[in-house]
Parts: sequence; C-alpha cells; structure tokens
Amino acid sequence: MIRVQDLTKRYARTIAVDHISFEVQKGQIVGFLGPNGAGKTTTMRILTCFLPPSEGTATVAGFDVLEQPLEVKKRIGYLPESPPLYPEMEVSEYLKFVGQLKGMSGSALKSRINEVADRCAIADVKSKLIGKLSKGYRQRVGLAQAIIHNPEVLILDEPTAGLDPLQINETRDLIKSLAGDHTIILSTHILPEVEQTCQQVVIINKGKLVATDSVENLQHRAGGADSVLVEVEGRDGALSAQVIQQRLETVSGVSRVIFKESRAQRSVFEVDGLKDRFIRGDLARAVVESGWNLNELRSGAVTLEEVFLQLTGGEKSAAPEPEPAVQEVEHQ
Amino acid sequence: MRNTWIICLKELRSYFVSPVAYILLTMFAVIYGYFFWFLVTLFDRSGMQAQMQGQSFPMNLNEHIIRPLLGNMSVISLFFIPMITMRLFAEEKRTGTIELLATSPVRDTEIVLGKWLAAVMLYASMLLFTGLNLIFLFSYGNPDWKPLAVGYLGWLLQAAGMLAVGTFISTLTRNQIIAGAVTFGVILMLWIFSWAEGLDAGTWARVMAYLSVTSHAESFAKGVIDSKDLIYYVSLIFLGLFLTTRSLDSLRWRS
Repeated sequence: MIRVQDLTKRYARTIAVDHISFEVQKGQIVGFLGPNGAGKTTTMRILTCFLPPSEGTATVAGFDVLEQPLEVKKRIGYLPESPPLYPEMEVSEYLKFVGQLKGMSGSALKSRINEVADRCAIADVKSKLIGKLSKGYRQRVGLAQAIIHNPEVLILDEPTAGLDPLQINETRDLIKSLAGDHTIILSTHILPEVEQTCQQVVIINKGKLVATDSVENLQHRAGGADSVLVEVEGRDGALSAQVIQQRLETVSGVSRVIFKESRAQRSVFEVDGLKDRFIRGDLARAVVESGWNLNELRSGAVTLEEVFLQLTGGEKSAAPEPEPAVQEVEHQ
Repeated sequence: MRNTWIICLKELRSYFVSPVAYILLTMFAVIYGYFFWFLVTLFDRSGMQAQMQGQSFPMNLNEHIIRPLLGNMSVISLFFIPMITMRLFAEEKRTGTIELLATSPVRDTEIVLGKWLAAVMLYASMLLFTGLNLIFLFSYGNPDWKPLAVGYLGWLLQAAGMLAVGTFISTLTRNQIIAGAVTFGVILMLWIFSWAEGLDAGTWARVMAYLSVTSHAESFAKGVIDSKDLIYYVSLIFLGLFLTTRSLDSLRWRS
C-alpha cells in the first residue's frame, strides 16, 4: 500500500531523512518510532505530499507523491502534529468544510459527518466553536477530520500527544478499530503505544532507518529465543542453586541457564530456549517432578523499550516521557 | 472550480463571523459618507454663489461630485486592503492549517483563487454600501449612470489588483502584522509613484507614473475605459496571483 524507497530529504545544512526504505501492507497499523527530531514528521510530510523528497521515491496506493500528488491526496487522511483546526468554526461546520475539500458533498457528507462524530466521540460538541474545545476534544476533531472521507491510508503524527491517560486509551482503541479497512501509519516516541497498537514497527534515528519488523520479531531479536525467568524454592532445607541449574539444563529444548540470584531458599534463573521451542511446560514439570516448588515462571522477553535503546544507541531522549494528566495552566 | 468556491465561501465566512468585515464596512461607509456630504455641500454652495453673481454655473453632478468622490475614495480605500489580505495565508501558516489545505486534493491555484476571490467580494460589498449615498444623488438629481458605472469598475479593478499583491505578500510570512505592514508600504509606494508625473520629461518619471496604481484609476473615474489602464490592472491581478501560487509552491521546497 505504501512503498518508500531510498527516501532522502535534505535541508540547507542537515539531512532530515537519509535513504529510508520500507513497505507497508494493506490494512496494517505501522508504528513509526524514533526520538524527537529523528525525521518522523518529515517522512510523513513527504508521504502526504506536503514536502517533496530530495531523492528517492514514495508511492501511496501505487501513485507517486511527486508525479500524481492529487491522486495520493485523495487517498490519504492526515493528522499533523498539531491538528489543523480553525478556531472560529463550529465542529460540524469544520468537518463539512474538510469533507468538501476532499470531494464529498450533499447527504453523503452529512451522514458521514454524523458517523465520524459518533466514532470519534465528539457528537456532543458538534455545534460548539472549535476555539472553545479542550485539548482532548481538539485532538479528536483532528482525527475525525483525517477519516472524514474514509481514506485508504491514514497518517497520524503523534495522535496521542498531549492527551490524558484516559483519552490516550480511547484514542488507541479508536485507531485500532480503524485498522483493517484503513492502512495506518502512526508516529510516536512513546514505546508502549507501539507495543499496544501496532503490528509493525519502523524505527528511525537521526534520519536513518534502524529497524523495520513486526513487534514480536523485534522483541525476539533483541532477547534471543523464548526466554523465561524461573523462581524455584527447595522444600526441604537448603538446596544448592547448582543442583537446580543442572536439573534445568537437562530439560529438552533449553539452550542455556543463567543463575540470577538467590534469596533464602529461593533461586532465580533465566532460561533461554532453543529457537522455535516452547520450553515453559517442560520446565515447570521438571521442577515439580524434582519435588521443588515452582514459585514463579514468567516471560523474560525484553520490552520494545530495551530494543529501542539498544538499536538507537541508548539515547536518553528515547525514553518515554511521562505524560501530563493535567494540562498546565497557561499564564496570562 | 468547485474547490475554489468552497475555499472562497470559507474565507468569506471567517471575514463575517469575526468583527473584521463589520469594522471595515463601517469605517468605509463613514469615510465615504463624509466625502459625499462634503462634495454635495460644496457643489450646492458654488451653485448658489454662481447664481448670486449672475454667472451661469454648469450644473454637472458627474463632473463635480462623482469624479472627485471616486478619485479621492479610490486612493483612500487602498489603505483598507492590507487589513483584508494580511490574514489570508499568514494565519494559515501560523496555525498550521496550511497543512490541511496542502494535503487535500486541491490545486494551489484553486486555493489562491478562492482566497483572492473572497477578498474581492468583501471589497465589492464595501462598494455596494456606498450605493446608499448614490440613491440620494439619483433621487434629487439626474447624473449620468454610465460614467459612474465605469468609475466603479475601475475602482474595483484597482482594488482587485492590489488585493492580489496583498495576497502574495501574505504568503511570505506567518506574522499577520508583518504581512499587513509590508502590504501597506507597497501600496504607499505604488500611490506616490504617481507624483513622479509632475516631474514630466524623464523616462524614469514616466515609467514610475505608469507603474502607479492610482494614475490608472483616473481615466476610469472620468468614465473612460482606456485599454492601457485595463491592461495594467488585469496584468497586476495576474502577476499578483501568479506570484502567490509560486510562493505557495515554494513553501514546500523551502520549509
């Protein structure tokens, strides 16, 4: 659906995007991940025909962004970082204007406005002035604007920025519900967002492509194969960790056992399985059959955050920022 | 065409939901009314005076009221133009709504044309209100309507040209005040260029006089459509709108 090849964008002195290539299949949600200033917005602006690429090509639904921008624009819905709203318009008026711009009219547009307003939970503010809305509502009006013409491709630049945690969840659910009929690219620097919403991740840093893969694969890649944390407790007196380790190593499918720590009678091990082997069941049985207690057995898979830090060279800015639940009061 | 109209309507709407349009209309009506009153009174006096001295006074409303009225007003009204055009693009650039327009399936020329058309229509509505004064003129006298119509046509053409220039300047900045101030300066220059005519002779003086917007309105105010003046205004409109479109396009390459 979206194909980007050797895309490069140069500004006077800097290279914002440096030979990026990736592809997005129809119906997928792709997370566009990177620290601030990595080139996410620039790439999105190129895809939406707002900026021309310096080099390389980008096609949306088979249309080149430089050759046939009008065809591309017809097929995309775009929510920029700050929603493009006219404060002096009422919400329904605004949606009507955008709908008309995208080529809709008449009763089809009217019913679509109602539909979109319901979907984005802004039906109750339809006759309010946009300038009077709270940040959360504005963001959702922005989202409504992007989907008004039911575009094949949705490009959302930090759709949850500045929302409170409840609104973030609602927005994520909304985005997830849009997948399937729509191909979605959403950018963010908040990692859990990608883990929760996206199937595919494109990570860029300083304009360069760092990784592009599915969420599971990425986690897998950094953490190796199936990795499990096991906590074992001996029932009768002291039990040497070594004995347990030896026992665990004999379980089929286990590639390596690392002793982590031991507290009183409990010992914790990290157990890695061979590739494509599911070892948890066998591990549990081995422990129990040896007459020990299995206190805990949990996935040791690394979070995307660790992958991300690993891939982008551990930049601090990549860490998820705490999002303010309450907006700061502006000083007069 | 449809898109141009959609954008034009949206612009007109935002003129008329904000106080901008009403302030402009009021100020304009007051100033026009003042000039009208002044010229009618003057006309009345000189008529009386001439009669008392036993001279014959050529009572020509077109010559003594309409022509000076249009001559003065078309210059004064130039200074309303920055107030109309300064927000057109500067505002969209500041708030980021330009991204909506630029990523919608709409051509740049349609955006430019729509916005300029809205500005021209607002200006035309200002002219429409001056009709209230003219009703009095027509009910108590019998001026010739044809030169009057030509005068208004010239006036509107002049404004349309300057509105196109103002629209262009508005694309250059995201600050409305800067857009307004620069437009004001340019209009001022194009007006005072006409004074160069007083220097006569020199080629430069003649070039400057030709470039002046106001000097071309004079023949219209007389009721004469001179192709030289018509071409000047039409090319000013085209130049302004062409530059606006190029500037809008270049935003993409520069930003």
